Amino acid sequence: MLSFTVRSFFQKLVTLFFISIISFLVVYLAPGKPSQIDPLNPKFTPEDLVRYRKEFNLDKPLYVQYYLYYRNLFSGQLKSWKDNQPVMDKIKERVMNSLWLFLVGTLITWSLSFPVGISAALRRGSFFDRFSTFIAYVLISIPGFFFAYILIELVVRAFNVPVIGMYTFGMAKADFIYRVMDRIWHMVLPSILMALGGIALLSRYVRAQMLEIIHQDYIRTAMAKGLSADVVYYKHGLRNALLPFVTMFGLILPGLIGGSVIIESIFAWPGIGRMAFEAILARDYPVILTINFISAVLVLAGTFISDLLYMVVDPRIRL
Amino acid sequence: MEPILKINNLKVCFDTDGGLAKAVDGIDLEITKGATLGLVGESGCGKSVTCLSILRLIPSPPGRITGGEILYRGMNLLALPDRDMQRIRGNDIGMIFQEPMTSLNPVFTIGDQIKEVIMLHQQKTSSEAEELTIRILDKVGIPSPEVRIRAYPHQMSGGMKQRVMIAMALSCNPEILIADEPTTALDVTIQAQILELMQSLQDESGMSILLVTHDLGVVAGMASHVAIMYASRIVESGSVGDIFSNPRHPYTLGLFSSIPVTGKRGGDLYVIPGSVPDPLSFPEGCKFRPRCLFAAEQCTAEEPPLREIEEGHKAACHFSKTIDKYVWKEKTKTASFLISDEQHG
Repeated sequence: MLSFTVRSFFQKLVTLFFISIISFLVVYLAPGKPSQIDPLNPKFTPEDLVRYRKEFNLDKPLYVQYYLYYRNLFSGQLKSWKDNQPVMDKIKERVMNSLWLFLVGTLITWSLSFPVGISAALRRGSFFDRFSTFIAYVLISIPGFFFAYILIELVVRAFNVPVIGMYTFGMAKADFIYRVMDRIWHMVLPSILMALGGIALLSRYVRAQMLEIIHQDYIRTAMAKGLSADVVYYKHGLRNALLPFVTMFGLILPGLIGGSVIIESIFAWPGIGRMAFEAILARDYPVILTINFISAVLVLAGTFISDLLYMVVDPRIRL
Repeated sequence: MEPILKINNLKVCFDTDGGLAKAVDGIDLEITKGATLGLVGESGCGKSVTCLSILRLIPSPPGRITGGEILYRGMNLLALPDRDMQRIRGNDIGMIFQEPMTSLNPVFTIGDQIKEVIMLHQQKTSSEAEELTIRILDKVGIPSPEVRIRAYPHQMSGGMKQRVMIAMALSCNPEILIADEPTTALDVTIQAQILELMQSLQDESGMSILLVTHDLGVVAGMASHVAIMYASRIVESGSVGDIFSNPRHPYTLGLFSSIPVTGKRGGDLYVIPGSVPDPLSFPEGCKFRPRCLFAAEQCTAEEPPLREIEEGHKAACHFSKTIDKYVWKEKTKTASFLISDEQHG
């Protein structure tokens, strides 16, 4: 197990190195150049262009640029081209904003999907099963942004609360309890929206997985032992049904960055997804590349954690 | 002797897309205390469904028990509340299955899985249960059981797993062991070991065994009584001696004459013509009629009931009074025939 862990860790490092090269090239291959930001600007002379390219090392060969970029990233000197702020500081602030949405959304998703999926599987063909199936397909079919507008309309009218942004302006001096409530109200819609699609999909997976497990021979054996249905399903069944979700659990990590672009845009949530989107539009290479790199690290860390968790929960896997 | 388990007119149906399938259609069985009843039949004839019905483990839906009663010590198991049924499963009636490879839960150690039954049915602490688990694993022939209780099922061979299943089924000293084709998935040498083990454990504890198999050789070696099942009915039942030396139902006769006999050469083996009927559309009257050499008009009109032809020997054929192995040999001219005269009586 230790040798697997060490080997896997180094494999992931090598993978990360290649990802860094490819994501660097992809950004440079994409149409548009940072030096062409505003060719119509009369103050932007050809001399400026040269100066600009020199300033940002754009005149150097690609491999030098690559080296400089990652050197700056790891030494913490990397600055955004747009506002000359340190990239890591900008990202850190945005990630903290996104983290709240991500945590609450994921918590809702996972804590609702399992009860729904399991009950549907155990009562296959019942009204609850068909109803939850119907709702799941509705949620999968309706695009998130459309659903968001309907929800905004409903919530704002029904409760008369602000829902756009992270907090209401001018609340800084209000009592603590009001500030907390304000934050919570702002968080409700985006986190529910983030969760809904996930619940729809995940509860279907859970149902399918549970259905497969309860028809296994060892479930019949457990019944034949005289265990009650609850013990059979929740101890012998669920434990096995959970195995594949351990993998999925590792893979939700990257969702912190990629999963929230649309929702953050709709709700004007100052999160990392929206920042990535804006950086791409502005050709702010240091920001794009850093976010790319962090995403890659999250994906690899997620799979690494899944592998380790798998070894813990499934005795058949000893690597 | 009063039977410990008595099945009266059991009927089990399955709802399928094609309609109602009668998997078990009114069967009667009796198991005497300390005896072994062999239940023999082709795949799909309802053997396993019968076994599962005894413990009420028929998956429902689609299956349901539509009639009859299963009396264990005079108690009708089919009428028991769930809670009482759970107390009987694993405690009074243990069961082992055909597929040892998949019948154990892959994520728990075998020790934990056996301990679970002991702690469920007997008031034992965890350490007492563990001690008992080690003892019973030793009894079923698992080497160094105190180490093996920490093993997971995937770390054991098929034969070992079946031993573990037996240990689990017997851990609470049940009155009855239901063995649903316990050796089908194992290779021949292991089969013999497992059967021997069951036999010796039975001698020791005096439990009754319901042994389901499609191997007549196994029945001859293990059982004292035999019931032959065909298309969800019992077609013939009796003591091993009755069935093996004096079969009276054309299906039983067909089965015996289709078994190759070592040492006899020349001639073709007998083949029962046709194939097993689909439970969704059984033939009218006797279900064996379309494949039977003795079929007559009466067989279409009326399904023959299981009738006693001699003391303790029953057959479900209108003509079983007249059909026997001599008539059969005359009619089929089969070269080899397992039933020899020496075995008679």
